Amino acid sequence: MAAMAAAIGTDIVNGSLMPSAYQPLALQQADPFKLFNKDSEMTVLNDKPWNIEAKAHLLNDAVTPNEYMFIRNNGLIPQNIDSSAWELTIDGESASNKKTYSLDDLKSRFQQYTYQLTLECGGNGRSEFNPPAKGNQWTIGAVSCANWTGVRLGDVLRDAGIKEDAVYIGYHAADVHLSRDPSKEPISRGVPIKKALQDETLLAFKMNGDDIPLAHGYPLRLVAGGWPASASGKWVNRISIRNKEHDGAKMGGTSYRVPCEPVAPGAKVEDKDMCIITAMPVKSLITFPKSGAVIKKGKTLTIGGHAWAGELEVNEVKYSVDFGSSWVSCQLSKPTNRLAWQHFSAAIPLDATGYYEIWAKAIDSEGKAQPMVLPGWNPKGYLNNACHRIAIKVV
Amino acid sequence: MTNHKRFWKRERAAYRVLIVICAAVLVVAIIGVYFADKSDEEYVAVSEEDPNRIENGIHLRTGLVEAEGLMETVTNCTSCHSAKLLTQNRLSKEGWVSAIRWMQETQNLWDLGDNEEIIVNYLAKNYPPESKGRRENIKKINWYELQ
Repeated sequence: MAAMAAAIGTDIVNGSLMPSAYQPLALQQADPFKLFNKDSEMTVLNDKPWNIEAKAHLLNDAVTPNEYMFIRNNGLIPQNIDSSAWELTIDGESASNKKTYSLDDLKSRFQQYTYQLTLECGGNGRSEFNPPAKGNQWTIGAVSCANWTGVRLGDVLRDAGIKEDAVYIGYHAADVHLSRDPSKEPISRGVPIKKALQDETLLAFKMNGDDIPLAHGYPLRLVAGGWPASASGKWVNRISIRNKEHDGAKMGGTSYRVPCEPVAPGAKVEDKDMCIITAMPVKSLITFPKSGAVIKKGKTLTIGGHAWAGELEVNEVKYSVDFGSSWVSCQLSKPTNRLAWQHFSAAIPLDATGYYEIWAKAIDSEGKAQPMVLPGWNPKGYLNNACHRIAIKVV
Repeated sequence: MTNHKRFWKRERAAYRVLIVICAAVLVVAIIGVYFADKSDEEYVAVSEEDPNRIENGIHLRTGLVEAEGLMETVTNCTSCHSAKLLTQNRLSKEGWVSAIRWMQETQNLWDLGDNEEIIVNYLAKNYPPESKGRRENIKKINWYELQ
């Protein structure tokens, strides 16, 4: 311990609480790209806890592979997981029976489903808010759409029995609080019972056909597509059926909550005036070409990307090459399943030389479109769905 | 056998045991010195580079700006989370205080005592909010030729 302290150059506060086998991060030479099998172009925002995001052009695949999938952690990733001993317990005030399932029970007793599900961090785009909001300064890369395979959460909850007064579910998981205090959970969020019982809400054990990578929740992850990804608890070992709004860590205060009424930028908002984020707003991303493309005059530029809209479908995606003065419709695919992102493309003739920005704007099935400037300011900088822009030069 | 001879025989046996013990101690000592040497070497290797080296005004290990309050900030603010959580944020004095309060309420952050003012001043001075307006220009464009 003294040698560690000397190497770090300061006393290790609470060093007596540190497990003897634990190497403080300052001494770890972990290469996150190797550690998590991520592409080296991914951006590490934070290394304790690990938070890593993609860049727009890395997300060009129709289905996001692990190497380009963002990592969001509130605590420390659990170590030494024994999946054969893993148990999921269903409990809570509104569970008729407390029931425990092994992974084999889940796989053998319930029908399995695979869905492409869009997971976007509630704070994706936080870095643009003014005045700035505290937290990891996500730009645009905290979104993914992978294939998730598992059993329906609703099937498992019904097997344990759901009482009539159930209103919410809350998850509990194996990750470790940053302070290493075992009595504290880094995060324990959930969703209303209605969302929990949707067909696409899964207890997943596979991502893109393989075991879920450790950083993404191995061996069992709750996946509630279209909602802030924090609702999709990783390393889940207990789900409580609650007779009230779940009150776990990061369900209150400013966490994953926004002012119930719009407020002026920088306003102080009381806890009682904050409301939990439900579905994510409509958004899109131009994933091809990479921003900064220089093209020859007279050529046609083909753009492509994805669009998603929380619980809804995207009806239309438009692009503009003149800073929003005029808009042209893109080709847009139907989603593979509900809550999967959709793909758009367009061929853009560029006949004059100069600097261009290509803006993309998605419009959801209720007619709501992405704003061109920042949407409503909120204390923690959530829900920035301002249109994505790439820079192009025609020479 | 006379008493005398028996005494010497016993004596010799005692010496033999003593020699074996000494040899064993020596071997253990050599092994011990070898490993002690090794760990010493490792220790030297680590401390050759000053862990608090500052280059161009940046505390290399954490990436924090060198200024009054740096070490108080390093000691109190980077034991649970990475300094990257500091360097990527831009907050007013009030904002940094509210982050500290939130960590004290939910994250087991201790009472910072007199260090709180030093730390908050350091952060607010070196990581203050920048006005970004409602939408910034597209930054850091790496131009490349698209075929």
